[in-house]
Amino acid sequence: MTMQALVQVLASGLLTGLIYGLVAVGLSLIFGLMDVVNFAHGEFLMLAMYATFGLVMVSGLDPVVLMPLVAALMFVLGGTVYVGVVRFAMRARANQGMVQIFATFGLATLLQGVAQYLFTPDYRSLSNSWLGGKTLDLGGIFLPWPQIFGALVSLAAFGGLFLLMTRTDFGRALEATREDQGAVALVGIDCNRVFALGWGLGAALVGLAGAVLAVFYYIHPGVGGAFALIAYVTVALGGFGSVFGALAAGLIVGLVEAATALILPPSLKSVGVYALYLLVVLVRPQGLFGRL
Amino acid sequence: MAGTTITAAPTGSLPLDESARRFTAKRRRSLYVGAVVFAALAALPYAIRDVYLQNVLVLTLLYAALSQSWNILGGYCGQISLGHALYFGIGAYATSILFVNYGITPWAGLGLGAVIAALVALAIGWPCFRLGGHYFSIATIVIAEAGLLLVQNWDFVGGAMGVQWPFNPDAWATLQFAQDKVPYVHLALGLFVATWLVTYGVAESRWGYGWRAVKDDPAAAQSLGVEVFRSKMAAAAISAFFTAIGGGLYAAYVSYIDPESVMSFRFSLLFALPAVLGGVGTLWGALVGAVILIPITEISRSYLGGTGSGIDLIFYGALVMIVSLARPEGVLSLFKRTRKARNAEI
Repeated sequence: MTMQALVQVLASGLLTGLIYGLVAVGLSLIFGLMDVVNFAHGEFLMLAMYATFGLVMVSGLDPVVLMPLVAALMFVLGGTVYVGVVRFAMRARANQGMVQIFATFGLATLLQGVAQYLFTPDYRSLSNSWLGGKTLDLGGIFLPWPQIFGALVSLAAFGGLFLLMTRTDFGRALEATREDQGAVALVGIDCNRVFALGWGLGAALVGLAGAVLAVFYYIHPGVGGAFALIAYVTVALGGFGSVFGALAAGLIVGLVEAATALILPPSLKSVGVYALYLLVVLVRPQGLFGRL
Repeated sequence: MAGTTITAAPTGSLPLDESARRFTAKRRRSLYVGAVVFAALAALPYAIRDVYLQNVLVLTLLYAALSQSWNILGGYCGQISLGHALYFGIGAYATSILFVNYGITPWAGLGLGAVIAALVALAIGWPCFRLGGHYFSIATIVIAEAGLLLVQNWDFVGGAMGVQWPFNPDAWATLQFAQDKVPYVHLALGLFVATWLVTYGVAESRWGYGWRAVKDDPAAAQSLGVEVFRSKMAAAAISAFFTAIGGGLYAAYVSYIDPESVMSFRFSLLFALPAVLGGVGTLWGALVGAVILIPITEISRSYLGGTGSGIDLIFYGALVMIVSLARPEGVLSLFKRTRKARNAEI
């Protein structure tokens, strides 16, 4: 293998990895906040992709312009899901873990049904956008613009999240709620409100990922499944609840996946990722940057 | 066993032998109830001659059995596995490959698949039972998904194309019955009865109490001398064993399997769901849950899903969501007095 091919693989792995980090971070954020694994995370992504698709069809604008709108819509959806579903799941006195799993799984199935009802099970794709199909040639190394754009969005989102978590009252409330719900209630912070906003933020982040992916990935009602699995692995690898663990783990997953595809047939590219995940979790059950 | 019966008895103010007597009477009563219910279920396919409804009955009983198997690990021992599709797939593939490629009777395949699945469960449990809560669940998902990928790329077992059973005359030796679904009803029922009896036998034994202690508080259980790790391993092996038999029966029933149709993540959730809806960690929860869930799923799929409009998914998703939110203890708890329900939980 030539040096150039290796650099090519590394570069595409990095770009994909940044996007994986963005797909996963919302899941990790919500888990860190309230110990809930959202089994509808992949469906959030799927809805965001359809939202992008639908808005492009209706408005004729470019998906890049519509991205903030998609994120805003997803924010509303996330908050609504917390208020309408998850809040009740948290109240269960028996089998809380299972209630959370199955309430969000039921929601996932329902959302898939809604997407199928509105958009049919057909595969869709956005063919004509500014970025679609264009590649950047860096001395023989070809990088597709949609992925570059996605990676930049991911970096910007992580940067923004960092500022939000460290510099704003909301961020501090988020961090405090994650540390100790009871104490937070005592100082007059409304936990329900923080949770709803946390869900909104988590959904908005996966919304950005969906808007990015819609430009270069096929859109169909079942698209969430594959990405959800990668998101779970990424979050478990980085450490549940660790926002920047999700970024680091996303990069690792992207790189390992690209490297595996060099050795094994492409259909087995995830095997390397799964193997790495299992290895890490067995040595460090809390993941790379997680707290137990 | 006498020693365990006494510890199991609800003490309180009653003298020990009196409470033990009541406990034994209660245990015997549930055996009688079981006998009556199973006899009724065995007779049911003769009353329902409609092939479509018989199909629903087979699936209901099969899911009840699979969910009862899941319940042993997930419900009694509290280890929420979301990777049971792996064991189901092992059973389905072991049975199919032995029969289709080597002409060996599916009965042998059922046994082999069950043993392999139990061993795999031990191999997975050995590293993974150190993981707690969500970490364990996610690990089981990932392992099952890795298994799915490997099977998809393994040509010896048919790769992504799967395995087609040949057409043969109806016979118990080959477990193939093209004309009649009644034998499948009885096979699925037989598996359910087996899982029920295992649960019945184990629930009030030393192991069963160990499992519930592990579920409630592993640290406390450990300090009281429960061998937490070995309890989990035993539950996992038993659970996987019966799940694999279910997989083998399913393969015989549908006579065609491919990786997606027996090992996808959906199945892992579907095996857990009846027990969760009916009442997790209870003797009858899995059957009650399956009786509610499977007919609704099947009937809504055939009447609403045919057009691919997604209405069946909306309906099904909403049902799962609402039931799990409205009744976290499971439907079965509606029929119990509150104190009893609480005792059953604890």
